[in-house]
Amino acid sequence: MSGRIELWLYVAQRLSAMVLAPLVIVHIATIIYAIRDGLTAAEILGRTEGSILWAGFYGLFVAAAAVHGAIGLRTILREMTAWRGRSLDVAASAFCLMILVMGFRAVGAVT
Amino acid sequence: MSEQTKAGATITVEIWRGREDGHFDSFSVPHEEKQTILDVVTYIQRRIDPTVSYRFACRIGMCGSCAMMVNGAPRWTCRTHASKVLKDGKIRLQPLRNLPVIKDLVTDMTVFFDKWQKAGGRFEPSQPGSQEFAEVSPESKERAAASAGIECIGCGVCYAACDVVAWNPDYLGPAQLNRAWTLVNDVRDADRKGHLAAVAVDAGCHACHSHQNCTRYCPKSLNPTASIAGLKRATMTAALKGDL
Ligand code: SF4
Ligand code: SF4
Ligand code: FES
Repeated sequence: MSGRIELWLYVAQRLSAMVLAPLVIVHIATIIYAIRDGLTAAEILGRTEGSILWAGFYGLFVAAAAVHGAIGLRTILREMTAWRGRSLDVAASAFCLMILVMGFRAVGAVT
Repeated sequence: MSEQTKAGATITVEIWRGREDGHFDSFSVPHEEKQTILDVVTYIQRRIDPTVSYRFACRIGMCGSCAMMVNGAPRWTCRTHASKVLKDGKIRLQPLRNLPVIKDLVTDMTVFFDKWQKAGGRFEPSQPGSQEFAEVSPESKERAAASAGIECIGCGVCYAACDVVAWNPDYLGPAQLNRAWTLVNDVRDADRKGHLAAVAVDAGCHACHSHQNCTRYCPKSLNPTASIAGLKRATMTAALKGDL
């Protein structure tokens, strides 16, 4: 099974990319729309607070970004440094967890 | 063959001498039209310095033994015209990248061919000893995919061009994975799942970045990148079906 880890990470990387692509587009479109006449915290919170839709949107965003970022970071480190093996896998998982915690805290704060 | 382009025109040729540690020796060689890089090296070895080591066999682009770095790019030297790659009248020759150097322009290809085996590059006959011709429709998808990759001469040019090999010495390599893909598509092979399993490993097909340097330099105009993409799809499908 351990020999197939790269395969499953590849699958997770592709799937998370497929999820991220439309989310990023909506995210950027919203930014452009939101700053059209100045940007205020009140305006942002007015849109997001109490909205299950935005909570779901950014919740999914955080989950996909955490998975995608951690796998990508692991790959870069494996190629650019001599760091391999279990300690790197643990570090990449920790990075994933950190993004999840920080991301969900942020989502919780604005919705 | 031997008419001189410009009377007296010469090329400055710098050749790597030694192993991993070494230096460049510079030679002056008469420039002739239709002269290949291999002709240039042969001229130097026969007429100037017989201690220059290099490798070749067929001289017609079939055996895959003459590849070197020519002005920084991997090329089959017997089919590369000097005039096409000259840079300011100069040619710099080095042994193929990503392989240990034995001496001068000669690399040790052992790891290249060991990885061939590691990637499951051996045909497993489904009907050993059969006297019958296997019927494979030339129109079938599998035959087309196998045909697209089958003309590899094992020259190592793609292997030298691949940055992932440079970053991760365990990476199986473009030629090896291309070979595996031809076997995955060979309907006569008895262990096509085995071929998929051999490449779905750490530093296997999923380590490829699809940046296509292999494809850019392959002298046979093969497309290892596409073959590897095929392997990624096939291994993913097999894994999702629980077959791997
Ligand atoms: S496409 Fe893949 S095999 Fe080809 S050079 Fe790039 S990383 Fe190497
Ligand atoms: S795929 Fe092309 S470049 Fe690579 S070994 Fe085969 S013929 Fe040479
Ligand atoms: S000498 Fe055989 S391919 Fe160049």
